[in-house]
Amino acid sequence: MSPWNGGRSLEVLTLGLEGEIFALEATYVREILDLTPITEVPNSEPFVNGLINVRGKVVPLADLRLKFGMEQKPPTIDTRIIVIEVAIDGNPAIVGIHADKVYEITQVAASALEETPRIGMRWRPDYIRCIGKRGADFIVVLDVERIFSMASSREEPPSAGYPSPQLSAA
Amino acid sequence: MTALDPAETYRQEAQELLEQLEQALLDLEHAPDDTDLIDSAFRALHTIKGSGAMFGFDAVAAFTHHVETAFDLVRKGKIAPSRELIAVALAAKDRMRLLIEQPDTVDTTPGDAILRDLEAIVAAPEAPIVPEAPSSAQAKPSATTWRVRFSLAKDAMAMGTNPLLLLDELRTLGVATIVARTDGVPPLEVMMPTDCHLAWDVVLTTGQPRSAIEDVFMFVIDDMELSIDPIDTTSDATRIGEILVDRGDVRQEAVDAAISSQVALGTLLVKSGHLTEDKLAAGLAEQQHIRVEASAAKGAAKAAGQGADSIRVPAERLDELMERVGELVIAQSRLTQVAAASGDMDVKSIAEEIERLALALRDTTMGVRTVPIGSLFGRFRRLVHDLAHELGKQIELVTIGEETELDKTVIERLNDPLIHLIRNAIDHGLETPEGREAAGKSPRGRITLSARHAGAEVLVSIVDDGRGLDRNRIQARAEEQGLLAPGVKLSDGELFQVLFQPGFSTAREVTSLSGRGVGMDVVKRTIEGLRGKIDIASTPGSGTEMALRLPLTLAIIDGLLVRVGTGRYVLPLSAVEECVELSVEEDARSRGRSFLNIRDDLVPFLRLRELFQASAPADRYQKVVIVSSGDLRVGLVVDQVIGNHQTVIKSLSKLHSGVETFSGATILGDGAVALILDIAHLVELGMAHESRLKAAG
Repeated sequence: MSPWNGGRSLEVLTLGLEGEIFALEATYVREILDLTPITEVPNSEPFVNGLINVRGKVVPLADLRLKFGMEQKPPTIDTRIIVIEVAIDGNPAIVGIHADKVYEITQVAASALEETPRIGMRWRPDYIRCIGKRGADFIVVLDVERIFSMASSREEPPSAGYPSPQLSAA
Repeated sequence: MTALDPAETYRQEAQELLEQLEQALLDLEHAPDDTDLIDSAFRALHTIKGSGAMFGFDAVAAFTHHVETAFDLVRKGKIAPSRELIAVALAAKDRMRLLIEQPDTVDTTPGDAILRDLEAIVAAPEAPIVPEAPSSAQAKPSATTWRVRFSLAKDAMAMGTNPLLLLDELRTLGVATIVARTDGVPPLEVMMPTDCHLAWDVVLTTGQPRSAIEDVFMFVIDDMELSIDPIDTTSDATRIGEILVDRGDVRQEAVDAAISSQVALGTLLVKSGHLTEDKLAAGLAEQQHIRVEASAAKGAAKAAGQGADSIRVPAERLDELMERVGELVIAQSRLTQVAAASGDMDVKSIAEEIERLALALRDTTMGVRTVPIGSLFGRFRRLVHDLAHELGKQIELVTIGEETELDKTVIERLNDPLIHLIRNAIDHGLETPEGREAAGKSPRGRITLSARHAGAEVLVSIVDDGRGLDRNRIQARAEEQGLLAPGVKLSDGELFQVLFQPGFSTAREVTSLSGRGVGMDVVKRTIEGLRGKIDIASTPGSGTEMALRLPLTLAIIDGLLVRVGTGRYVLPLSAVEECVELSVEEDARSRGRSFLNIRDDLVPFLRLRELFQASAPADRYQKVVIVSSGDLRVGLVVDQVIGNHQTVIKSLSKLHSGVETFSGATILGDGAVALILDIAHLVELGMAHESRLKAAG
């Protein structure tokens, strides 16, 4: 039994990064865009060194591949930008996320959700909210608030200003 | 929007009423006989009490009741609005504010003390106070409306007289309605284009004497026809017939005859040949002017009536509106670009139409966001009043250009810096009455607050007629504190910038108001945060001027679009001084030293390509954009200067707060995002670069 999310199933958006399947909780997602021209911000952190125009708004573009030590390959026909609304250190902000591919919105049953294993993970465990099982595959559900709060403060870990998911459950 | 909290509505309303009350009280001090002011104060008190009781602010209502009773007596002429009464009433006003903001205040002692004072004044029959000697600038002299009619000599323009300048000068005297009479213009075939055939009728309402109007015509008065007559403006029902007769344009009998036939009088008089069209137009203009003046006088009388035809809108809705308009302007510029490329005439004409509408909408929206700076100036009257009492100085506050409009955000953020500058001017600038008399000046010091538009900027200045800044002391002190190298020669402007350094102070002693050296640096930072500038000018013995230059709005600026590598960047046009080409030889030569010789001035420059690590090949001919921040100049080397760009400023997200080179971003006509360069920061970088080079060399 999963100790969090109140035992309800989780609705997620699945996306591909370098062949791995990740997921974002669907409540964060505002829209999914085709690749638009990206303006580079010189001297910024490489992880968020782009700006895009989302219907008249200037939105920072983050490349999660850099957070997971992946290679930055040139965009393909499948490349999308996922626009999410996320609290960065408590302040709501709109951020674009680069995705090599966007698959679908799907329900992951509560019974299929598992907490992040302490070992055996290729990615930093604090960036991951939980692991979902779907058939034989695993879906890595990202903890976007944690990812961006660290990006903005560059300090570990985020202050107790907002609730962060409890990974070590009772 | 959530349901309105009635208590919050009351608080807002009371805030305005308290301000109205304070203004009325401060005015009363100078004009104790003005029944309008007494009424205004009474009405404000009455409404505060009444609404207070209605919304559960019982403490406020109970307290205000006593003050209202006192003012009722003043209104009925039973007691005079003495200076003591006004002082108590001002204290009472502060108490009311406290009670409204903190309704749970239990300590009634200060309130009771005020009420006791009030009672003592009301009980003692007072001798009416003598108003303070009227000062020409503050006590508003009663305005007279003049009818000025003039025509110039035929050869006046050939002699170098420009009638427009005369008219402008008349306008500066007061409210003027100007009508040109063209009945003297001959038919084309006999007209001499260099002659002046026009005559002018000006209806001028001014506080200045007749001689001031005559002075306008000082240099041309010999060869011209000029008549200056006072007009009675006491009744706003003046009819056109009466005006025309009074002007001597038409005889009474003709008017009577026309009236009896009950058609529009003016038209009839023209038809019947008693009057020319021009003279009628001038007469009608005069009628309009008198009506406006009369209604303005009425409007001033009922200050509460000011808000009658306005609505209250939450500020964030205006911000939202501005944002939408910004988006519209961006979308529109994309449309224009697409339409220009398409060659379809229909699309082009629609795009043009939309461009026109979008720009008009932008201007209107920016207009909605602006508020007259008078609302800010008004707050300082109390400050000056209180400081004058506290420091034992006599101070007169003169405000000019209160109608000048500025973005509301700018006005809000100007409050603290201006308070600081005014305090400084009063505390350091103005001498004591004895000191002033010893220096041969009137014992009454003067602080002038003025605002005016200059291009896309607004100039706000705080001028005192005090002792002025002591150059030598400032320099000595700055050297002592290690802020300046000993013995450097600086211009006044450069030297006075030292005052804005954190921790700098020359005050002999620290007072409660100023002298701690805290604040001027904050003032400068706040002003620069508004993309403004601050300069100081001072003449020893006759005063100091603090001049603030502020942008009209924070949302949209004129920018210069440049390209560095593949990236496009916007420079605020107000910071750009000039663009020059970096010749190939100079480019090669300057590799080591990065200085540019601009008319014998060495200007350090930054290669933006290096700063931004641009990888695309450099253009053969590099351009240098010279930008300035304060007195410092820096050249920025770019690949291409693209051109002007109307820039809707978008702030950068928190994720980019670490990048200091950019102050924001904007969206270009093709939909791409461009970054806006932070000039102050780049100039700092350039200066650091320069000193590194100097240290190395």
